[in-house]
Amino acid sequence: MSAVTEEILSFEEAMEKYDPVLGFEVHVELNTKTKMFSSAPNVFGDEPNTAITPVDLGLPGVLPTVNKAAVESSIKIGLALGCKIAPSCTFARKQYFYPDTPKNFQTSQYEDPIAFDGSIDIELEDGTVFTVEIERAHMEEDAGKLTHMGGATGRIQGADFSLVDYNRAGVPLVEIVTKPIEGAGSRAPELAKAYVAAIREIVKNLGVSDAKMERGNVRCDANVSLRPYGQEKFGTRSETKNVNSLRAVERAVRFEIQRHAAVLDSGEKVVQETRHWHEDTRSTTSGRPKSDADDYRYFPEPDLLPVVTTEEWIEELRAQLPEPPAERRKRLKTDWGYSDAEFRDVVNAGVMDAIEETIAAGASAAVARKWWMGEVSRRAKEAEVDPVDVGVTPELIVELDKLVQAGKINDKLSRQVLDGVLAGEGTPEEVIEKRGLAVVSDDGPLLEAIDAALAAQPDVAEKIRGGKVQAAGAIVGGVMKATRGQADAGRVRELIFERLGVQG
Amino acid sequence: MSEINREAVAHLARLAHIEMTAGELDKMAGELDVIVDSIKSVQEAAGPDVPATSHPIPLANVFREDVVGETLTQEQALSGAPDSADGRFKVPAILDEE
Repeated sequence: MSAVTEEILSFEEAMEKYDPVLGFEVHVELNTKTKMFSSAPNVFGDEPNTAITPVDLGLPGVLPTVNKAAVESSIKIGLALGCKIAPSCTFARKQYFYPDTPKNFQTSQYEDPIAFDGSIDIELEDGTVFTVEIERAHMEEDAGKLTHMGGATGRIQGADFSLVDYNRAGVPLVEIVTKPIEGAGSRAPELAKAYVAAIREIVKNLGVSDAKMERGNVRCDANVSLRPYGQEKFGTRSETKNVNSLRAVERAVRFEIQRHAAVLDSGEKVVQETRHWHEDTRSTTSGRPKSDADDYRYFPEPDLLPVVTTEEWIEELRAQLPEPPAERRKRLKTDWGYSDAEFRDVVNAGVMDAIEETIAAGASAAVARKWWMGEVSRRAKEAEVDPVDVGVTPELIVELDKLVQAGKINDKLSRQVLDGVLAGEGTPEEVIEKRGLAVVSDDGPLLEAIDAALAAQPDVAEKIRGGKVQAAGAIVGGVMKATRGQADAGRVRELIFERLGVQG
Repeated sequence: MSEINREAVAHLARLAHIEMTAGELDKMAGELDVIVDSIKSVQEAAGPDVPATSHPIPLANVFREDVVGETLTQEQALSGAPDSADGRFKVPAILDEE
């Protein structure tokens, strides 16, 4: 495919003229121990073509059998998406001819998916809520992995041959398909990102998928179409394949809106086709148009029997569902008494779980937030890692807080203690000992420092004597400096007033 | 009349990346036509009161527990492959799919 740069309209102009309609197909790889239809291990990164059985290779005479755990995970996903669960459903063969499937068909579901007619509420960063309707969630199997060899770019164009590893072939997948999403307007790119993030969070929270996008555990195909405002009929859509990070989902939807708008503006028609997202150029290129190659000739899989779900089975699985992520966030926010902005910052910093653990370990909600959003986040930023990867544990924060509460160290010293612990100098107590960081609690040395500070700033001393108690700050500062921060500022203040014979 | 004609066979051959000569297309169309016609007689036997079924035995929920079983070795997996390299199946680059 030649790298023709396509015209795009500015996003703002596109939004003035056209109303975007979105749709998503998200594939979730389940983390069952074995594959969907064979007892081969469901693993990532093994030696090529070792995690396979004759079933995965589609060898003659094999009989696939359904993994019960994968069916249960699929039902859980359906329930978490508010779907109805089919009383009975079947598998179907989706025929296509490409080396990533050795069988020349993918075992999937067609007319009767296991879950259908659901909806989830997607909350954007500013709190706006969009309801996304789920059309269906069906069970299927993943394909093998192709590596294109030869040629200049390593991409398929110009490749001489391809190498196939079938370890991934047969890994259980659940494909979640939305109904057309209307009315998102200029929030469409943001909604796209938030939707995929919500699906990822839900399946991770359910424990049914490792949900790592960088490993392809969650993969998104994004459909975009535009229509003039007021028109009911949808425009022609493009389907951008395998957009594999949250940021890419947002950017790809934004780009496609801009590209469609330019096509429509020039009086042309949007081609219904597959597009490929390129992170390097932040644009999509044409894949192949929808054609008779998409003639999948589905038919019922004769080797597999229907899956029948009883009310008891569904309720048993429903009872195992964890608290939904959105509800959990609401509960924690109320419990902790954070403001909307404070809580949003906590979520965005990825420290909600860490704060919950810190509170469970004995810290107050305020103290936990202060540490994770303050000192820990600052260090994370410096080291360019996530706050939870700085090496600070909830227990360490609780320990430091106890030392501050007990007056052994103050806030400032506690940060130095943290430095020492992170540098491997031992426990907080040991660091205090080794670095000599304990607060000076003996009044003798403090009084000495106070006298020196008062003598150095006689004008300030005079002001305090005259009743200007706020002037004491300058003296406190002098004392803290002289004691290298190891004084208890509150006690210093008291002593200054005592010394000068005024009421604080 | 059957739905299988020469054109349908040519279309399926194209989907399956199989090259067929004009003679082969004619022969295959004729043979498939006979097969489809034979199966059609089943539809005549089953009246509207017989529900569609995908399986002759009224069974459901034949499941496997999620326990890892025996796998093939890489050598076994590749033993039937026309060509292989680096422990993987080697196939011609297919250009029209991606």
